[in-house]
Amino acid sequence: MAATTTDDASFLDLLFSRRNVLAALILFVVIAVLCLLAPLVAPADPFKMSVRARLTEPGVQFLLGADAFGRDVASRLLYAGRVSLTIGLGVAAFASVIGIAIGLVAGFFRKLDAPMSRLIDAMMAFPDILLAIALVSILGGSMVNVMIALSIVYAPRIARIVRASTLVIRELPYVEAARALGSSTPTIMFTHVLRNILSPIIVQATFIFAYAMLAEAGLSFLGVGVDPATPTWGTMINEGRQYIDQAAFLIVFPGLAISASVLSLQLIGDGLRDALDPRLAKDL
Amino acid sequence: MKTYILKRIIGLMVVIFLVLTIAFVIVRLAPGDPAALMLGPEASAEDAAALRKQLGLDQPIVIQYLTFVFNAVQGDLGRSIFFNQPVTEVLLGRAEPTIFLSLFSLLIALVIATPIGIYAAYRRGSWLDQGAISTAMLAASIPSFWTGLMFQRYLATELGWFPASGYGGPDADFWTRMGHLALPSIVLGIVNSALIIRFTRASMLDILGEDYIRTARSKGMGEARVILRHALKNAAIPIITVVGLTFALLVSGAVVTERVFNIPGMGNLIVSAVLRRDYPVIQGTLIVVATLYVLINLATDLVYLLVDKRVKY
Repeated sequence: MAATTTDDASFLDLLFSRRNVLAALILFVVIAVLCLLAPLVAPADPFKMSVRARLTEPGVQFLLGADAFGRDVASRLLYAGRVSLTIGLGVAAFASVIGIAIGLVAGFFRKLDAPMSRLIDAMMAFPDILLAIALVSILGGSMVNVMIALSIVYAPRIARIVRASTLVIRELPYVEAARALGSSTPTIMFTHVLRNILSPIIVQATFIFAYAMLAEAGLSFLGVGVDPATPTWGTMINEGRQYIDQAAFLIVFPGLAISASVLSLQLIGDGLRDALDPRLAKDL
Repeated sequence: MKTYILKRIIGLMVVIFLVLTIAFVIVRLAPGDPAALMLGPEASAEDAAALRKQLGLDQPIVIQYLTFVFNAVQGDLGRSIFFNQPVTEVLLGRAEPTIFLSLFSLLIALVIATPIGIYAAYRRGSWLDQGAISTAMLAASIPSFWTGLMFQRYLATELGWFPASGYGGPDADFWTRMGHLALPSIVLGIVNSALIIRFTRASMLDILGEDYIRTARSKGMGEARVILRHALKNAAIPIITVVGLTFALLVSGAVVTERVFNIPGMGNLIVSAVLRRDYPVIQGTLIVVATLYVLINLATDLVYLLVDKRVKY
C-alpha cells in the first residue's frame, strides 16, 4: 500500500487506534493459526470413532465433547476450520479477480459499460444463498465447486465498486498525462487505475471473506454444500442437528466458531475502510 | 420526471431479460444430459428421450432459448418433473408461508431496529450507541440457521412457548398456521434488524447535522418533537430504500429458516428441488425471486421520488 515507513506507521496507528479492530485482528489470527496448525495442536484424530465415547459431554477427556460417532469435537472443529477458512479466503480472492476484470472493462470502455452494468444488476438481483444453491446443484457439491459458485455470487459486488472507482479515476489529470506520454490502455488500467482503487477492493474482499464463510455454512447446513464427509463448521452443525436435544454442544461450538470468525472479519473490514480511506468512514 | 420513470422501466425490462437469460444458462451449465441426470441412473434410454422431448431439449439451443423466453414472459415457467405440475402452480402453492414469514420478520426487524437506530444516532458516541452498533454487527455475524436451531431448542422444545416446527398440518386454520410462523419470524427479524439499525443510525446522523434541525432547536422546540417530527420524517426515505434492499437478505434467510423449522414454503421447495434435481423448479424460483427483487427496488426508488421533492431527475 504505502511506500514509506512513516506512511506504514500512520496506517497501522490509524487501523489499531480502535481497540475493537485490534482485538478482532488478534482473535482472527488466533483462530486461523490454530486451524492451520490443526495436525500439531489437535488433541485427537478428528476421524477416529469410538462407540463408547458417543455424545460424551465436554470434559477432561474430550475438551469440547464427542459427537454421535464418538469423534473428538475440538479436533474436528480445528480441521473443519481449515476448510471453512480456505473457502472464505479462496472466494474473496477469486471473486476479486473476476470482479476487477469485469469492473475495469466496464469502467474503461464506454460502449461496454451499459450492457455490463445491467449484467451486474441482474446478477445482484439473485439472493446470494439462492444463486449459490442453484450453481452448486448444477456443478455438483465439492469444495472447489462451492468456491466457484460463491465467487460467481460475490464477484458482481467487487465489479460494481471497481467500475464506479474507474469511472472517476479515468478522468483524473494523471491518467490523461499517462495517455499523453504514450502509455497503452492495459498499462493505464493496471498500473495507474488499479493501483489507486485497491483500498475499496481490499475492504470489500474482507467483507466477502466473511459473507462467504456464512454462505458456506448455510449451504452445508442445507445439505447442498461440500461433501458431507468433509468436516466444515456448517456440516458439523448439520450433523449435530439430530442430537440437539441431548447434546446441544455439538451445535453450539461450531456456531461460535463461525460467529467469532465472521464478526472479527467484519470488524477488521470496518477498521480497514476507515484507515485506508477516512473519507469513506461513515461514523461506524 | 416522466422520462426518468420511462428510462427506469426500460432498464428494468433489460434486467429482467438478463435474469431470464442467466437462469436459462445456469441450468444448461449442468455437465452431461440433464434428462438422464433428472431421472437418475435406473432410467431407460427411452424415458430419457421422452423427457428430453417434453423439456424441448431435442431442439437446437437457440430455439430452446427463444421458446423459454417467450413462455416465461407469458408467465409459463415450464413443468416440474417431480410434481408433474406447472412450476408457477407449484410456486404459488408454497407462497403463503414464505410471504407471511417475510412480512412478519420485516415488521419485527423494523420494530426492533428503528428505535434503536434513532436512539443510537441521537446519543452518538455514548455506550448505548457503541452497544447498539456492536450488537448489530454481532447479529449480522451469527448464521441465521444457528439462531433458529438454538431458539427452537430452548424456546420451543424446552419451554414450549412456541410450536417447534411445521405449519400445523394440512387442516390447520389460518391462525394456527400463523402461530407456527411466530418463532421463525422472530429469528429472521433479529437477523435482518442488524442492517436496518446501521442504516437508520447513519441516515439519522446525516439529518441531525442539517441546518433545519438547528433551526428547529433554536426556536425552542422540544427534543422529542425535533427528533420525531423533523428528523424521522426525513430519515424515513433512506430507510425505505434499505427495506427494499433487505428483500434479498430476507429471501436468503427464509430459505434456511424454513428448513430449520420445516415450513413448507418456497425456500424449502428450492432446497428439495436441488436434492431431486428438479431443474425447472430451481430455474422458476430463481426467476420469480429475482424479478420480485428488481420490482421492489424500482418501487422503493419511485416512492423516494414521490416523497422527497428535492430529488430531481
